[in-house]
Amino acid sequence: MIEAKNVDFYYGDFHALKGISMKIENNTVTAFIGPSGCGKSTFLRLFNRMNDLIPDTRLTGECLINGQNIYDKAVDVTELRKNVGMVFQKPNPFPKTIFENIAFGLRVEGINDKNFIQQQVEESLKSAALWEEVKDKLKKSAFELSGGQQQRLCIARALAIKPDIILMDEPASALDPISTSKIEDLIHGLKENYTIVIVTHNMQQAARVSDKTGFFMLGKLVEYNDTKKMFLSPEKEETQNYITGRFG
Amino acid sequence: MTAKTNQKIAFCVFRILGMLVVGLLFWILGFIIYNGIGVISWEFLTGYPTAGMTSGGILPAIVGTLCLIAGSSIIAFPLGILSAIYSSEYAGNGKMVQFIRVMTNNLGGVPSIIFGLFGMALFVNTLGFGDSIIAGSLTLGLLTLPLIIRTTEEALKAIPDSFRTAGLALGATKLQTINRVVLPMAFPNIITGLILSIGRVSGETAPILFTVAAYFLPKLPTGIFDQVMALPYHLYVIATSGTDLEASRPMAYGTALVLIIIVLLMNLLATALRRWFSKKVKTH
Amino acid sequence: MKLIKRCIERIVETILTAGGMITSVIILLIVIFLFKEGFGLFNSPSVEKGYSLCVNTENPIEKLNPFQIKEIFDYEIDNWKNVGGNDEEIILFRFEELFYRYSDEELGENDEFLSQKLGEIIRATPGIIAYLPTEYLSSDCSGIKVLPEAKISVGDFFGRKEWIPTAIPAPQFGVLPLILGTLWVSIFAIAIALPLGLGVAIYLSELAGEKMRKILKPTIELLAGIPSVVYGFFGLVVLVPLIQKLFHLPVGETAFAGSLILAIMALPTIITVAEDAMQNTPRAMREAGLALGANHWQTIYKVIIPYSVSGISAAVVLGIGRAIGETMAVLMVTGNAAVIPHTIFEPVRTIPATIAAELGEAPSGGAHYQALFMLGCILFLMTILISIAAEVISKNHPQRKGI
Repeated sequence: MIEAKNVDFYYGDFHALKGISMKIENNTVTAFIGPSGCGKSTFLRLFNRMNDLIPDTRLTGECLINGQNIYDKAVDVTELRKNVGMVFQKPNPFPKTIFENIAFGLRVEGINDKNFIQQQVEESLKSAALWEEVKDKLKKSAFELSGGQQQRLCIARALAIKPDIILMDEPASALDPISTSKIEDLIHGLKENYTIVIVTHNMQQAARVSDKTGFFMLGKLVEYNDTKKMFLSPEKEETQNYITGRFG
Repeated sequence: MTAKTNQKIAFCVFRILGMLVVGLLFWILGFIIYNGIGVISWEFLTGYPTAGMTSGGILPAIVGTLCLIAGSSIIAFPLGILSAIYSSEYAGNGKMVQFIRVMTNNLGGVPSIIFGLFGMALFVNTLGFGDSIIAGSLTLGLLTLPLIIRTTEEALKAIPDSFRTAGLALGATKLQTINRVVLPMAFPNIITGLILSIGRVSGETAPILFTVAAYFLPKLPTGIFDQVMALPYHLYVIATSGTDLEASRPMAYGTALVLIIIVLLMNLLATALRRWFSKKVKTH
Repeated sequence: MKLIKRCIERIVETILTAGGMITSVIILLIVIFLFKEGFGLFNSPSVEKGYSLCVNTENPIEKLNPFQIKEIFDYEIDNWKNVGGNDEEIILFRFEELFYRYSDEELGENDEFLSQKLGEIIRATPGIIAYLPTEYLSSDCSGIKVLPEAKISVGDFFGRKEWIPTAIPAPQFGVLPLILGTLWVSIFAIAIALPLGLGVAIYLSELAGEKMRKILKPTIELLAGIPSVVYGFFGLVVLVPLIQKLFHLPVGETAFAGSLILAIMALPTIITVAEDAMQNTPRAMREAGLALGANHWQTIYKVIIPYSVSGISAAVVLGIGRAIGETMAVLMVTGNAAVIPHTIFEPVRTIPATIAAELGEAPSGGAHYQALFMLGCILFLMTILISIAAEVISKNHPQRKGI
């Protein structure tokens, strides 16, 4: 279970997240929506501590995963990130072969067993619904894949390290409609085994894939509710306005 | 666990390495400055070498180097800027400009001793200039061309196309647009490149060995067909083949320091000018 | 008015176009002048111009190659059977000896008896080999065999191991030790500079704080601008004595000293270029690595370095190019012995250092002069090849492979 307790976040002087609290249940898909610059991506990146890379940032409040504060000094960031996978806005495969892209996380963990890696690569690619398309060209460069395939490769790469949680930061924003629907189907299928949090600016997508939705605006979590409820009868006026298209 | 230890060891090694190499580079600078600073005096800068170049000053070498800087600048600045304007504004993006760029890069990679050979064959022998300021300046000018072309081209490329379109839309011709809009805007960065090329010219030895440099010539040049002494060659001479190496050591340290100071000054000047210009542009 | 304006525009454009060609023209001129002088070498006689080698007609020897001539005049070969002749002792005769043997009166007031006396000596000595000005051979040639004038061959130039351009009567232009010396010094320099430079680049790009980086980067760039004579001078007064003491060598001026000073000179370039390449690794790559649970170091060597490898190797290739062409610093610290070194603790001589050291003394147009230009041609080709290699490598950037 993921939990945020009264989280505030600053980029230098800029107050990017204001007093956010929420709970995310296991094996659900949760979508964050909201206008650009509302803090939804920043909030998402808190859960694998990706914001650590940006200098001059500050966090108050608590982020908990399974009851453990992930910003505790005792937490090993790399272990955390192995447990919390991430898929980025633009597909970002390494300039390596398809096989080596998937195997990266395993090799980093110090696994050298060839058969095991082989098996994990196959399994991950199957889970990401990419196996049939690439099984004959595992030794080819990942750049030879189409954009949609590259993004599924990145999902497979995240799956290979067996995380419990997968964070997706607008995973389909750079893709065409067909590739997008493939990714959405994939998210449905993955729900059984993973907890998925997805940031999207596409409300239809949020409605299609998620169980719960959080609406962010100006660094605040305006409303957080079951997706169906949120889109049919939102509680807050701002949500209503956004969903009906009165905000960009 | 092992990955963590690896990281610790690796980072420790890199930190030490970083400090070590940076320290080494500073040691070289410090060593020359420490040994040379006591030698530099008004007499050293304005006197003639005496007693087999073991005492006295280095005025002829300083004047010679200044002559070469001036001469090579006169040759290389206009040529380099013309060439850069052509390839950045006129040549488009076809095969031609690629060819030119490859050629410029190749010329930039040609060792300076080759320029020395070439300058000797063409300017000294074929054109009959003899060992002279003009032969040396031409050789050094050609040597710095690639540097000048590259920096000028970068400066021109940095000007957004919207300014060119704006100029053309106001009815200016292409040439007018370049002359009145693009060049003035790129000017600070072009100047920076030119100053850096002067720094390069003042330190080059190999190209002047056979085109101009005199071993010992205790008088100032009177025309462009005179031979001159030059700082880098003078340092080479008193460091390796003077009459009394031990006795001329202080002279060598002093000359090395003067050379370093010229290079440092040029770099500082370039940085300062760039800052100043960019401030001026902002306040407008 | 308009017409004039357009005319001026046209003229300026033409001038600009000509300006654009300038580098190509210079390269062309360099090629023409270097190769014109350089290839003249293979038309030069292997014995100094205006001189001939003569033997007794009894001697079955028909020709000698430059190396044999050198060995004979160095007393290394003292019997004709060693060069394919009879078993007879070789007796050297140099032209100057004539004046010890005969008085001025015997040779005549205007040297009119000189050729006659030369002929007498050669006829009388079956084992003789004489080195004489060709002009004194004309009158009476019976009993004298003039060895045919051989040209300096391409094979000798590239294949021989002796570089003795001032040897008399047959200068030796074996370029092998110079090429090997150049490569040896340069490659060893890069072998020192690459790991150090890469380490510093990693430190600067990944570990040093922003402030530290802002100070160090421009300072290191500045060090790239310090003239090579100054580095050479530093090497001469500091490194050379240090190396001599540390390794207990007879002389400190060694290939090692050259490599070391070249490595120091190459460091700023390698650091700057490699650091730039690492900084240019897209943030997405870095984040992808970290998000997969790699720690910082693993991300550096598994993601960032492989990603920037084309930039780094371009830096290395350029570094080698610079090192191969570097003249003054190497000239000052390597000891300049034109022999193939067996260890790096022996003096060597590189191509650029040879040109710089010898061109001043080589008479214009002579074989030595031409040989130095030929060295220039070799050096020029080496660096052009390297430039092209660097170009190809940096074009091979991973991002451009597809997508």
